[in-house]
Amino acid sequence: MSEALLEVKSLKKYFPVKQGLLGRTVGHVKAVDDISITLQPGETFGLVGESGSGKSTVGRTVLRLTDKTDGEVKFKGVDIHSLSAADMRLIRPQMQLIFQDPYSALNPRVRVGDAIGEALLDHGLCTRGEVRELVLEAMVACGLSSYHIDRFPHEFSGGQRQRIGIARALILNPELIIADEPVSALDVSIQAQIINLFSKLQQSKGLAYLFISHDLSVVEHLCSRIGVMYLGSMVETASRDELFQHPLHPYTKALLSAVPVPVPRLKRERIVLKGDIPSPANPPSGCKFHTRCPFAVEVCKAEIPLFRDAGAGHFVACHLV
Amino acid sequence: MEPLMNIDRLSTVFFTEDGKVTAVDEVSFSIREGETVCIVGESGCGKSVTAMSIMGLVEEPGGKISGGSIDFRGEDLLRLDKNTLRSIRGNEIAMIFQEPMSSLNPVMRIGEQIMEPLLVHLRMNKKQARARAIELITQVGISRPEQIMGSYPHELSGGMLQRIMIAIAISCGPKLLIADEPTTALDVTIQAQILDLLRGFKENSGMSILLITHDLGVVAEMADYVIVMYSGQIVEEGGVVELFQNPKHPYTRGLLKSKPVMGQRLEELYSIPGQVPSPLALEPSCYFHDRCGHCMDVCRTRQPQLQETGSGQKVACWLYEEAEVYV
Repeated sequence: MSEALLEVKSLKKYFPVKQGLLGRTVGHVKAVDDISITLQPGETFGLVGESGSGKSTVGRTVLRLTDKTDGEVKFKGVDIHSLSAADMRLIRPQMQLIFQDPYSALNPRVRVGDAIGEALLDHGLCTRGEVRELVLEAMVACGLSSYHIDRFPHEFSGGQRQRIGIARALILNPELIIADEPVSALDVSIQAQIINLFSKLQQSKGLAYLFISHDLSVVEHLCSRIGVMYLGSMVETASRDELFQHPLHPYTKALLSAVPVPVPRLKRERIVLKGDIPSPANPPSGCKFHTRCPFAVEVCKAEIPLFRDAGAGHFVACHLV
Repeated sequence: MEPLMNIDRLSTVFFTEDGKVTAVDEVSFSIREGETVCIVGESGCGKSVTAMSIMGLVEEPGGKISGGSIDFRGEDLLRLDKNTLRSIRGNEIAMIFQEPMSSLNPVMRIGEQIMEPLLVHLRMNKKQARARAIELITQVGISRPEQIMGSYPHELSGGMLQRIMIAIAISCGPKLLIADEPTTALDVTIQAQILDLLRGFKENSGMSILLITHDLGVVAEMADYVIVMYSGQIVEEGGVVELFQNPKHPYTRGLLKSKPVMGQRLEELYSIPGQVPSPLALEPSCYFHDRCGHCMDVCRTRQPQLQETGSGQKVACWLYEEAEVYV
């Protein structure tokens, strides 16, 4: 097997909970608790889970936008959390982030051409004379018109702004793009345009995506491998077809059955989960899912299930499988 | 079944710095007793403004209802005086919103907020209202109702708050519940719970629901009758099965095709080109014409009317104006 582009091993990110006058640490929110992901060049890994499951924190920690607590993030064999700030800066252009909300990700007073070209100049990857040409190229690749270059963000619709966000990431010729809920704020007809743009860019540029989303139908469409997170832990990872056709973890099954399908009067078996996702500051003992799991037995309350191979690269953490 | 509400050529306009915007443009439909009607459309199509207009929540000078009538059990809501409207609103017609966090008063205990409509509309005394509130909290599937009564909104999760909103909405036994994107801010597993809850109440009490959503999956799951809006107008409407099986308007077809569906993966998704036109610059034309693959000359100059087609559906499209044409 070729060398993995991104290798995340047992990544942990705990946020301290401080209380009282002296701000003493009274506990930890285990936002990311022992997550491992391997991403090959040109591959798309989908990370799904409900709000509060820690999927965005994984993205931020992988990019070293926030420090890790423990574990390892290797990008092309280099442990990026051990790099100096200067070395980190050299590697940054190769890994880019696209945000959910294109409205707040753009400075309203900066012309979009400048916003897209800023990083190139900042990293000294081109001269002032060349930048406009490169910006135009990136804009066209993302389906924007060349006359948009001198406009301000407020003149664009949500879909176009997301295209600007993509162009801004793309212009640095990254090998890895982490996309954090990039289509969640968009309308269906626009969402389809952006999803298609993601696959087109992947084919033409050989990009690898870490695609973070709560929408399983979007993830199924774009991703070749998928990981399901619950309360900071990975409960299941498998290839797309395997996960959608033979989900093993009860949480994955419940998630899949909860997605509304646009077929009226469709009778299907639905696993309705009771209650809410528990607080990550005080997660349940044993299997974190046992409080909502319809199949939980005694052992689930006491022992943490191992994340193990259930065959053919299908990993799952459940006592019952 | 009897129509509970008849909306006839309702128009709502807003006055903006750049000019007048017709957010709802001569929209007519009715809601029958015990029926769930879904309005589906993308942001800016006027679906929420339609709901706000019914509730009398469009306020001058920002905007106003410029025409039409909303007939509710024999009375035109638009012609009622404030007090009569107030006695209907929150009582016979209730509404829940997308953001339960911002619909509840953050400095008032949950219990008081549930008791308020009971005290005002049903004229219960405090003791009765309290007992009923506890009953309502149990009905929406929350355990420990006494404890919840004394909590503040920030202490509860989004899903719990939406349940509380539903408890408040159904507290006076409304004939019509208007739900504006009630599950959009919630996770799928919580969404499934809330939709189940709404369906249960509808079946038990015979109340009608006007559900506003952008999610075609939710529509398929909840609706009896579907209305598709685009740029302030109804472009297509019909029974849920007919509409999903045999969508007529190119926009409805496009919407259905562009949604990624679980278990039906395609190499490339269909996408409707372009974007929704600016509401400020609408000329008499089919508003969808510049995104439509079947655009003809007539579409650019004249507005199609909503007309009945053979199967009980209604569609506003020139393709169906003379004879039914297969697209």
